[in-house]
Amino acid sequence: MIALYALPLIFLAVFYLYPLLAILRISVGSGDFATQAVAALTSAAFWRLLWFTTWQAALSTALTVLAGLPLAYIFARFDFPGKRILHALLTIPFVMPTVVVATAFMALIGRTGLLNGWLQHWLALDAPPIQLEQTIWLILIVHVFYNVAIVIRTVGGFWGNLNPHLNEAAAVLGAAPWQVWRTITLPLLLPSVLASSLLVFLFCFTSFGVILLLGGLRFATIEVEIYRQAVSYFNLPLAAWLSIVQLVLTFSVMIVYTRQQARLSRQLRGRRPARSQRPRNRRQWSLVIASLLVTALVLLAPLLALTVRSFTLGDQGPTLLYYQALTENPRQSAFFAPPITAVANSLLYALATLAISLPLGVISAYMLAQPRSRTAAILDPLLLLPLGTSAVTLGFGYIVAMGPLRASPWLTPIAHALIALPFVVRTLLPARRALDRRLQMAAATLGASPWQRWWTIDAPLLARALAISAAFAFAISLGEFGATLLVARPDRPTMPMVIYQALGRPGLLNYGQALAMSTLLMVVTALALLAIERFRLPGEEEF
Amino acid sequence: MLEVVDIHKRFAPDKPVLQGVSLTLAREEILCLLGPSGCGKSTLLRVIAGLEAPDQGEVRLHGVTITGLPAHRRGIGLMFQDYALFPHLDVAGNVGYGLRMAGINAVERRARVDALLTLVNLQGYAQRSVDELSGGEQQRVALARTLAPNPKLLLLDEPVANLDRQLRAELVQELRRILKTLQVTTIFVTHDQEEAFALADRIAVMRAGRIVQVDAPPQLYRRPANTFVAEFLGFRNLLPITGMLSGCQASTAIGVFTLPELPLESFAPGARLLIPPDAAVLDAQSPGATYVSFTGRVVMTTFRGSIFTVQVTPETGATDVLLSFEFRNRGRDRLPQVGETIRLWLDAGQMLVINDAA
Repeated sequence: MIALYALPLIFLAVFYLYPLLAILRISVGSGDFATQAVAALTSAAFWRLLWFTTWQAALSTALTVLAGLPLAYIFARFDFPGKRILHALLTIPFVMPTVVVATAFMALIGRTGLLNGWLQHWLALDAPPIQLEQTIWLILIVHVFYNVAIVIRTVGGFWGNLNPHLNEAAAVLGAAPWQVWRTITLPLLLPSVLASSLLVFLFCFTSFGVILLLGGLRFATIEVEIYRQAVSYFNLPLAAWLSIVQLVLTFSVMIVYTRQQARLSRQLRGRRPARSQRPRNRRQWSLVIASLLVTALVLLAPLLALTVRSFTLGDQGPTLLYYQALTENPRQSAFFAPPITAVANSLLYALATLAISLPLGVISAYMLAQPRSRTAAILDPLLLLPLGTSAVTLGFGYIVAMGPLRASPWLTPIAHALIALPFVVRTLLPARRALDRRLQMAAATLGASPWQRWWTIDAPLLARALAISAAFAFAISLGEFGATLLVARPDRPTMPMVIYQALGRPGLLNYGQALAMSTLLMVVTALALLAIERFRLPGEEEF
Repeated sequence: MLEVVDIHKRFAPDKPVLQGVSLTLAREEILCLLGPSGCGKSTLLRVIAGLEAPDQGEVRLHGVTITGLPAHRRGIGLMFQDYALFPHLDVAGNVGYGLRMAGINAVERRARVDALLTLVNLQGYAQRSVDELSGGEQQRVALARTLAPNPKLLLLDEPVANLDRQLRAELVQELRRILKTLQVTTIFVTHDQEEAFALADRIAVMRAGRIVQVDAPPQLYRRPANTFVAEFLGFRNLLPITGMLSGCQASTAIGVFTLPELPLESFAPGARLLIPPDAAVLDAQSPGATYVSFTGRVVMTTFRGSIFTVQVTPETGATDVLLSFEFRNRGRDRLPQVGETIRLWLDAGQMLVINDAA
């Protein structure tokens, strides 16, 4: 038992703490640390970088909350046909690989995107009217698109679980609707709004793929800068220093976030089951229908545009050219093998990620569920840490720490598993906590051995949570970009890597291949996502 | 002061919840809505409070129609079964909420909150967080909160249902004391007849969206209007009447009983004879002229402290009939044993004809 419980701790120590320590050693140990720090702290570029990273994250968060709250309300309070499907659609952006989302938005509103094409055609314009490429606006839009599901799900889930009697009690006590909102609903929702905002802020603060692909050279977050310094300029001390600055900042946010989460779950105690109802009159119906149509359109348009463009790029009409190109390996190509082999690579990595993260996740969930256990007290924040650590920092840590292991194909799924682990554990933990210990005792008195008890009682009861976390881990591995870019071997590229490389090369054929590969990645991810919705546990939303 | 006129409400076309409910309530009266769960009693309360709009019908308060008035402008207090205490406010914040909405200043509010907390025996609880409170304390806070803005009418939805048995009896008495002290007109909902008996001036029994009987507790207990009310009040001995003989004699499977009074028109096929559980005497000799002898075999005996109950079937004849009686326990060492044959005297003077068709 003890040996089993030690596994997640060992895993975290070797593949998480050790690489971070290695980064620390580079920056501090190189002797340049003080110089580096002083140089950075006195350089305008560093402060500009920090300032940009912070304000774009803050603005993205504010816009995301603004967009998410009305939808959270509609999902929490109303019941309407197709609600389940729409709820499922909402998760798409959150799980979609950054690379896919970035290319999808380029396909929709980029200079040569679908929308510009139509507008130019209809309005007979010479130049594309929408000029968002390489502006902050495109980055903000994509960040909102990406994270709005977090707000809708966290706040919406919380809202739906608010006892409707509270509002009614306030009304009966003489509170007008706006007073009910101000004195009851808003104060009660605030913790969940705060929690989801912190998470969104964290994700935007460490945004990598979106900025790298859509921001061009004009914009860089700390995360992007770490990558550039480490890979393009090979300035490891500076990269290490930036990593540490980022780590300190994200951990601070993370600590506030976990506190907020704890408060949230305390408030949820004794909640009543959600009670949503059909819209009652024409005004409510039109409100619901209008907002859902807009949502569906905004969520689906980029992905549809991506798919359409992958078949129609260029002037020759509908074509399979770019998909065919994926299976070929012409001489001048940047690839070692036909790009299509990346699909197999990605799937293999994803399976390996499952094989690592699921057993570790199950063990961790059991450990965390033990009441007042000392290991649980240590492990709990430790397990959430990878969520607050940027993927690029992790990849960078592997480069500097793993020595001969650097070339191992296992390093990629290990990095993926580490990134997926917090999600896996957070999905399994509520299900594990819901297991009634007395069932185990009953089975024991009926003659079941410990192993039989786990297999016949726990496993079936955990099956749905396991399936969901498996799908999450799978999707995360498929789309992971930051760490992969640093860790994966060039001769075994993943799908996001192929897309990135293709985007970086000139010519229609390369761009078309990027679109085609993005479409494939989207389809594979959507399949994993469908599985999530299918198994979703009612009322359990920890993110 | 309150008139509810022909209220209809359905949540779905095939789910009528209230089907023509009417009632009137006098000033300072305590009325109880009694009925099984799902009979529409809570919905009726919500219609009166303004939380649910009726499909048809009217609610009038002091002669003024308030059917279309939103809840926050009615001045009717409602206490929820789950109390619905605001988790982000402390006890004082909860109790003072209605006063705050009424625009009463903080100083006055504080005085009123303290007075109410004293009334419900929670002095010194003002700064407590509501989730530190026990169930009984939460109930008192909810009551104080509902009473604070001086509602014209008080509605209580299962006010003590969430508490354990011991506490329930205590709080019911406490509730009656408070309501009578403040002289508030009250409607409360319950499915427990003992609670209804202990609290109400009048009881309205509801079944499937309709009111089937309204009476003061003693009248209701003595004269249940139909089988449903009788069974809901706990009467078990209901025998089908097989025929009526001359001179008010009802014949049943266990014999013929001469009833003291029986308007002939109240008899119809399907009528039943109700024998109250305390209408039997366990004795060798006849205690009086109205008593009829009954010999039965004991099926079960249950000791219940000051009383004990015996279930018997007739010794001969209709052995599928099961009757249940209560006896005082005083001066008795030995209870009738299962299988034993006993002789009972049933008092026809206490029996009652229940007629569902009427």
